[in-house]
Amino acid sequence: MELKVLGPGCANCKKLEANVFEAVARMNVDADIQKIEDIQEIIGYGILSTPGLVVNGKVKVSGRVPSVSEIINILNG
Amino acid sequence: MWQSTVDWFTYSLLGFSKASVFGGAINFFIYDAIKIVFLLIAINYFMAIVRHYLPVEKIRDFLVSRKFYGADYLLASVFGCITPFCSCSSIPLFVGFLSAKIPLGVTFAFLITSPLVNEAAVAVFLGVWGWKITLLYALAGITVGTISGFVLGKLNLEKQVADFVWQVSVNQAQTANKEQARHSKKTLFRLFSKEAFDITRKIVPYVLIGIAIGALIHGFVPTGYFEKYITKDNIFAVPLAVILAVPMYANATGVIPIIESLVNKGIPLGTALAFMMATVGLSLPEAMILKKVMSIKLLAIFFGLTAFGMTAIGYLFNFVM
Repeated sequence: MELKVLGPGCANCKKLEANVFEAVARMNVDADIQKIEDIQEIIGYGILSTPGLVVNGKVKVSGRVPSVSEIINILNG
Repeated sequence: MWQSTVDWFTYSLLGFSKASVFGGAINFFIYDAIKIVFLLIAINYFMAIVRHYLPVEKIRDFLVSRKFYGADYLLASVFGCITPFCSCSSIPLFVGFLSAKIPLGVTFAFLITSPLVNEAAVAVFLGVWGWKITLLYALAGITVGTISGFVLGKLNLEKQVADFVWQVSVNQAQTANKEQARHSKKTLFRLFSKEAFDITRKIVPYVLIGIAIGALIHGFVPTGYFEKYITKDNIFAVPLAVILAVPMYANATGVIPIIESLVNKGIPLGTALAFMMATVGLSLPEAMILKKVMSIKLLAIFFGLTAFGMTAIGYLFNFVM
C-alpha cells in the first residue's frame, strides 16, 4: 500500500501524518508512507485545500483531518 | 432572561458586588463567553454541512463551468466567505484556481474575502454586535474583495505570477478520482459533529482571551475615554488604523470582542472595523507565503488595493453611523 500525505507543513498536515501512522500501526499492515511538501506536486493531485491523503495514487481526503478510525475505514476500502 | 441568569450567578452565587468594576467585568466575561461559544458551535456545525456538500473543488469547477460576464468576481468573493481559511492553503488554492483557468482577478476576489469574512468571525460578530452590524460587515468584506479583485483583474498582472504556476498541469483524471464516499446519515452526523467541535475547540482559546481583554476594558476604561484621541473628525484616523494593523497578526475571533469594547468607549465604529479588517485580511506572514508564487510588485498591489478598500469601508461606516 502506498500512502501520501499532501501538505506544505502546517499543523493540520502534521496531525494527518500522525493519524496515518497510527492507523497503519493499528492495522498492522505494510505501507509506504510519504509526506509530500512540494507545492507543485500537491497541486498536481488537483486538491485545493490541504491536507490531503492519497491512497495508491487516488485522492481520498482533502481539506480536513480524518480521525484514525476513519483512515482505517478508508484503507480497508 | 439569559442576562438575568448570569447576573444571578455573578452577583448572588459568586458574591461580587454589582457596583464593583471587577464584578461588572466578570459578569460581562461570563455572559459573552457562553453566548459566543454556543454561537460558534452552531455556526461551525452548519458550515461543516455546507463544506461537505460544497467543497472548494466544486466551487472551482462551478467558476470555470460558464461565462459570468463579471459576476464571477462577486461569486468568488461570496464563496470566499463560506470557505474556511488557513494560510497554508492559500497557495494550493491560488495555484489551483489559476491552473483551472480562473482569471487572476477572480482568484484574488476569493483570496481577499476568505480571511475577511469567515464563519468564526461571523459567529463572534453576531454574539457581540447583533445581526445588523454583522450583515454590514459581511457586505463590506464582500465589497472590498469584489472590487479589489475586479481592479486587479484589469491591470494585466499575469506576468507577475511565478512562471511555474502557469505550467502546473493538473491531472484531470486525478481530480475526478476523489471519491465521494457514501456515508450513512449516522456517520455523516458523527462527521459533522466532530468537525464542528474540532474547529470550535481550536478557536475558543483566542475568543476567550479576546473576551477577557474586552471585559477588562469594559470594566476599567471610562466611557468616552478614547474620544479625546480618536474622533470621527480626524480624517487620518482610518488610513492610520489600517496601516498600523498590517504588521499585527491576530486571530479575527480574538480581535472582535476587544474592538467591541473599544467602540463602547468612544472609538468610531468605521475606524475600528477598518483596523480589524486589516489585522485579519492583511498580514505579513501571509505575504511571506504568497511571495513564493508572485512578484513583490503584485503582492504590493494586492495589499495596497485591499488596504485602500478597507479604508473606504471605514469612512463609509463612520459616515453612516
